[in-house]
Amino acid sequence: MTNHWIDLKNADVILIMGSNAAENHPISFKWVTEAQKNGSTLISVDPRFTRTSSKADIYAPLRSGTDIPFLGGMIKYILDNKLYHEEYVLNYTNAAFIVGDAFGFSDGLFVGYDEKKRSYDKSKWAFALDDNGVPKRDPSLKNPRCVFNLLKKHYDRYTPKRVSEVTGTTEAQLLEIYKTYGATGKPDKSATIMYAMGWTQHTVGVQNIRTMAIIQQLLGNMGIAGGGVNALRGESNVQGSTDQALLFHLLPGYLPMPSASIESLAAYNANFTPKSNDPRSANWWQNRPKYVTSLLKSFFGDKATAENDFGFGWLPKLDDGKSYSWLDLFDSMYEGKFKGFFAWGQNPACSGANSGKTRKALAKLDWMVNVNLFDNETGSFWKGPGMDPAKVKTEVFMLPACVSVEKEGSITNSGRWMQWRYRGPKPLGDSRPDGDIIVELGLKLKELYTKGGTYPDPILNLKWDYMTDHQFDAHKVAKEINGYWLKDKTIGDVTYKAGSLVPSFALLQADGSTSAGNWLYTASYTDKGNMAARRGQEDAPNNIGLYPGFAWCWPVNRRIIYNRASCDPKGQPYNPKRWVVKWDTEAKKWVGDVPDGPWPPLQNPDGSLNEAGRYAFIMTKEGHSQLYGPGLNDGPFPEHYEPLECPVEKNVFGKLLLNPTAPVYGSDADAHFTCDPRFPYVCTTYRVAEHWQTGLMTRPQPWLLELQPQMFVEISEELAKLRGITNGERVKVASARGAVECTAMVTKRFKPFKISGTVVHEVGIPWHFGWRWPESGKEESANLLTPSTGDPNTRIPESKAFMVNVAKI
Amino acid sequence: MDFTRRQFIQVTGATAAGLAVSGLGFDLKPVKAHAQMLKTKYAKETTTICPYCGVGCGAIVHTSQKGDGRVINIEGDPDHVINRGALCPKGAALAQLTENENRLTRPMYRASYSDKWVELSWDNALSAIAQRIKGTRDATFEAKDAKGQAVNRTAAIASVGSAAMDNEECWAYQALLRALGLVYVEHQARI
Repeated sequence: MTNHWIDLKNADVILIMGSNAAENHPISFKWVTEAQKNGSTLISVDPRFTRTSSKADIYAPLRSGTDIPFLGGMIKYILDNKLYHEEYVLNYTNAAFIVGDAFGFSDGLFVGYDEKKRSYDKSKWAFALDDNGVPKRDPSLKNPRCVFNLLKKHYDRYTPKRVSEVTGTTEAQLLEIYKTYGATGKPDKSATIMYAMGWTQHTVGVQNIRTMAIIQQLLGNMGIAGGGVNALRGESNVQGSTDQALLFHLLPGYLPMPSASIESLAAYNANFTPKSNDPRSANWWQNRPKYVTSLLKSFFGDKATAENDFGFGWLPKLDDGKSYSWLDLFDSMYEGKFKGFFAWGQNPACSGANSGKTRKALAKLDWMVNVNLFDNETGSFWKGPGMDPAKVKTEVFMLPACVSVEKEGSITNSGRWMQWRYRGPKPLGDSRPDGDIIVELGLKLKELYTKGGTYPDPILNLKWDYMTDHQFDAHKVAKEINGYWLKDKTIGDVTYKAGSLVPSFALLQADGSTSAGNWLYTASYTDKGNMAARRGQEDAPNNIGLYPGFAWCWPVNRRIIYNRASCDPKGQPYNPKRWVVKWDTEAKKWVGDVPDGPWPPLQNPDGSLNEAGRYAFIMTKEGHSQLYGPGLNDGPFPEHYEPLECPVEKNVFGKLLLNPTAPVYGSDADAHFTCDPRFPYVCTTYRVAEHWQTGLMTRPQPWLLELQPQMFVEISEELAKLRGITNGERVKVASARGAVECTAMVTKRFKPFKISGTVVHEVGIPWHFGWRWPESGKEESANLLTPSTGDPNTRIPESKAFMVNVAKI
Repeated sequence: MDFTRRQFIQVTGATAAGLAVSGLGFDLKPVKAHAQMLKTKYAKETTTICPYCGVGCGAIVHTSQKGDGRVINIEGDPDHVINRGALCPKGAALAQLTENENRLTRPMYRASYSDKWVELSWDNALSAIAQRIKGTRDATFEAKDAKGQAVNRTAAIASVGSAAMDNEECWAYQALLRALGLVYVEHQARI
């Protein structure tokens, strides 16, 4: 989230799309309801009339996988009716930037496509540069090659009529929503978006979100109270685990994982440190070398020296351009390329798309370590449905982790708040905190490698002093992550002592004099104490629910990011009633939330240019938010493509039916069909309030299982009639990859769609079940049906739109 | 004196419960008063954050100071500025996640082609796992790629997980995996 949960109350309009927050993030509705009490309008857009829809002022259905047409139509409406916030668009977005001559788009394809590689040459999408290497701009927005006009041209095709044909939403519904949401382009109005996996789990996942981000930029809704682009995270610490980089392509704090061609730290810094020749762009990532050196010092301690490149060579390297993502990992495992596997606090036998393929892949391993609270479908896969233990070679170690209330440490919520948890009871039985298991395993490996082994250097040199009294010490690691001074250092008139904690990432150094495990968390645990444990009840002076003394939020306790964009170029808030920051002209500083940079406003009070000012969007090289995003793999503007499995043969917006860059896999477990009479219905997956994710933590609990005991399929009354299915009977839901038995739930919440004149039925299934719990073994995972394809940028699987059949048993 | 809501409940809770007379025709006062005491007098109170979705609601854990030292009750934290004491069905059932007879409590091992689990000590389990890791890593380690560029990795071991771990655990885990040379490192955020 660019904003945070309490801030929802500040929105004039809330759009919930790609999420069913009332069901899956129930307490978020405390603040949605607060906003409604204050007179705001809640809009719910979902294929199904959900619990969220039941609370909404406006509801509209859409067919799964058609969010870009829905939102692209809104972009067109905003531009056609001049609802955008002109001053904001001009000053803070890249609307005025001129795009280079090479860029073009026709028939659904951007220029630079290589069919063999299924990828684009993105250099063709670059901006036109002036002599200093800074993008050329036309503040009059008259140049036909400026972003604003290219955007207009791109979405001119997204007429309400065409959008309606594709989405199944009526034109009247579309226009009502466009008008309501578009009205927040007024400088003192705000609107926010709450989305979740309903947007990410598509072959156009990133572009779904990009389309909304374009709308938020046009309406001036970024950086303001009650605005932003807000991803509702589904796990209590999936924000933190991402920040700490449990992903193949990242090191902690969003530092890229190096590839083989990058042979030194200097080469890494040269390659990944953006340079801007625009003196007014803060270009924050220019600080990257400080964060990388500090990280290497944290990894390897005293062993990392300037002479040995701070141990950069000890890091493993990726192949250039190769993806090691979840889908690739299990494809490779299915081919038998892995010997060992950790499923640590995760249940891939139910959680990933095409989990039938995953289960078969697990049988090709030599050994597996499964760490969890409960026995589960992954650890016990060898005795699951269709498996003969006598034929499964894989050795399995199943280790009991303890529950979160039995240990101490921090987690980071969706609003980037890092919050501390304390130990209540001791771990049950012989279960242990994950931290203890990790550190003890590390110590055992270090011991083994002291006796010899292949390339022991990184293992032996790894700094690993995270135990106190033979137990994992979360405080020690939290301080390690925050970072500390390794030498006495004087900066300005302040001397920082060696060993003291670094108070802000602005002070981290590239010369090896600081250590920090994650620069983004520097300031979270300082000599003033553990900031995540704070319980302050006072709001900030702007009284918009920031609670700056409660817990801690990255970066540097900034509760709303890009917050200087909430002000006009003179530093005065567009909305004086719900201001986030403002420039105090007498004190010459920003007040309110922690500003995203100390620099003065872009303009002086008399409107003259202030040379010391810096643009609002400090994390982009140019300092402007991106209406045009030339860095993505599938195009600088979002374009509609159908899901890999879809009910239509043609894309009304262009010649290409599917996203030409989406990954496809060719194993015998990867069958997929479009417009195949055997699989005539669109299917989507979702969650219920009583279970969580694969259900592994909730299915073994009697109360929750009693509330939601069975796998079900939700179908419309019309489809039930068509197939002769009655409410409550068991039916089979099948896709090209598998079949699952479900209890039919016949409801009014799904209605057939009219798509280009044809009736299309959609059904929905929850993904919380698996054969291990309940012990009947009959309630199976929705992911046996979902396809292994996904977004070309994130490689998140397309679990939200695929084709199935529903039949009586 | 400036009371927070929680302090207010702590001060007045027992009294309010004592005044309540149920509509069942008999007085539940003694039972409620006793229940109130169980939570506050014989229990240690710790705060926690719910382990399910990303809202980050606060809860209060009451752990028995006597007897088995287990959780007596978990309820919403009224001083938490996000949820102000409210919890969803999953959060409200948190005590049942902790005190649950289905939980794993011993390390277990399933041998190749076996149809059963056998219990292991932690020391044996972790020693055996460390040996498997070393054996596989050393046998499959790639120091250089085909172009002669240093890669220092093993592509024969993969890891998934976990967004269910604390920040400090996630950080330590990825540091260890990278020191071992793993490149297939993924978790919930990817799906």
